[in-house]
Amino acid sequence: MENVEQKQKSIFQKVFEIIKTMASKPSGLIGLIILSFHVLLALTSPFYVPYDYKAIDPSLMLQAPSSEYWFGTDSLGRDVFTRTILGGRTALTVTFFGSLIALIWGGSLGIFCGLVGGKIDDVVMRIIDAFLSIPWILAMLLIVSLLGTTTIVLIPALGFFYGKGIVRVARAATHDVIAKDFIVSARARGHSNLSIIWNEILPNVRDAIMVEGAMRWSWMLLGFSSLSFLGFGVSPPTPDWGLMISNARGLMSFAYWAVLAPIFGLSSLIIGINLTADAFAKALGIDRSTKAPV
Amino acid sequence: MFLLVIKRIFLGLITLFIVSLITFVGVEILPGDACTTYLEREAYGAALEACYERLGLNIPSYERYISWALGVFQGDFGYSLSGEMKINDVLGPRVKNSMVLASASIFIGIPIALLLGIITALWRDKLPDIIISTITIFSMTIPEFISATLLILIVAIWLEWLPGIVIVPTGASISELLPNIILPVIAISMIMTAHMARMVRSSVIQVMASDYVQMAILKGVPYWKMVFKHVLPNALLPAINVVALTIAWLLGGVVVTEVVFNYPGLGRLVIESISNRDLPVVQALAIILASIYVTINLIADLMTLILNPRLKSLQIKK
Repeated sequence: MENVEQKQKSIFQKVFEIIKTMASKPSGLIGLIILSFHVLLALTSPFYVPYDYKAIDPSLMLQAPSSEYWFGTDSLGRDVFTRTILGGRTALTVTFFGSLIALIWGGSLGIFCGLVGGKIDDVVMRIIDAFLSIPWILAMLLIVSLLGTTTIVLIPALGFFYGKGIVRVARAATHDVIAKDFIVSARARGHSNLSIIWNEILPNVRDAIMVEGAMRWSWMLLGFSSLSFLGFGVSPPTPDWGLMISNARGLMSFAYWAVLAPIFGLSSLIIGINLTADAFAKALGIDRSTKAPV
Repeated sequence: MFLLVIKRIFLGLITLFIVSLITFVGVEILPGDACTTYLEREAYGAALEACYERLGLNIPSYERYISWALGVFQGDFGYSLSGEMKINDVLGPRVKNSMVLASASIFIGIPIALLLGIITALWRDKLPDIIISTITIFSMTIPEFISATLLILIVAIWLEWLPGIVIVPTGASISELLPNIILPVIAISMIMTAHMARMVRSSVIQVMASDYVQMAILKGVPYWKMVFKHVLPNALLPAINVVALTIAWLLGGVVVTEVVFNYPGLGRLVIESISNRDLPVVQALAIILASIYVTINLIADLMTLILNPRLKSLQIKK
């Protein structure tokens, strides 16, 4: 038991150290602050929003920002401030769980392919290449328009589509360690494939996969908001930044506040996640800047 | 070398074949088909049978796939959902409009990206780098629809310099498109330029740190001569592939940008055909967009191959 406790402690220490390294650079610190602010907001905002996010009041249509309505009101008389601070909740939830799914299936398939190699690997990589060459937006739109836009559909669909890039990264990372001596000796000791994956390969490829997953998160957020913007994401009364921008866009020559508030919310979250992911990659010693965003 | 080229083209074709299978099977297994969505509530009895007959959906799916694939191979995508318009006629002007938009963005974007990337790499961590890098990070992380919306708000609505929304018919000539196209081109090339500039920057930095450049510095080669003769040729080669992947990845962003600006290109057709559940058109679009992706990658691979003598005797490792 003592051993287990020690191991757990060291994991916490490791996480703490990584966060400390990330925060030691200004860009990483800014990213961490923005991201934690958004997460905190998403978790707590329902408890202190000033107005009801779906209360429609025609007499309050398109009011300019005032002390009563901080960010003004939209074309249906809803309070923009309320809707903006609530607007990130769906996006954060969907993309967070989507990234988790992407990490899990992409990582395991990638490691499997890297380990097995040969014909199976060839076939799987061909199929992944083919999926990569279908623009994500077309595939997502097709799925969503045929299966509906509930979170139950969106999370696995996004998770699937953003996971195929992780397959490549995990496979390449596995290839790098597979020929190393410790794997050969584990094989010679007669360990099963599963045990080799868990004990020998995973600790060595984990960093690369996690960094990739963090980057996927920001791209998934971008994809999710684009879907909402195009009207294929969350359904109307739900406050969501992409949807709010698309609704307020038509009237932005009179009511620019209704479009600027969600733009600020979404941009700051995406920048926050990106800076955090970049700092995370640097803290783990992985340089991502030469890779294409596939 | 020749064999390698043949192999790359062959692999590209296989990818396209799998894409066609995926879209075909995907459309098959998802609930509903062209007829039930077209007829909506009247999808039963004789009307449904007649529709199946007309669109040829009553023959087995594998036979349909073969005849469809053969048609596509000859450049014939069949008829759109209503069965009245040939898909080729629908696609033609859209493809042209999107090509105009994309090539303008690429021709503006690539030189700027090269310039910015090289500047930021040579003045690494100095003021020009910090300013340009901050701007590129902003413009590449912010979604297309946000930067496009902000461009419309600032340039078209507040400053009233340019038209904010494209209001030309689909079949408009290039000269008619020209004033309308400026804002969409800026929106697309902003993101593309930012991505490419980042890659060029890190590629140049890597080469600058290499032994032979250090050697050249020690030998006293003049700075700019070293940059142009030793650094850039070696730095820009690996960037080509990455740039190609980026361009292909941005196809999705082009769809969104076209919608924001109401631009009559392929992107808006994607949205329209999916909203109308016009599955034959969706299939055609998937194949076309995938071929663009495969072609861009192929060109990039071939360019690296031609420009890099070392690879002539080697296999390309993917």
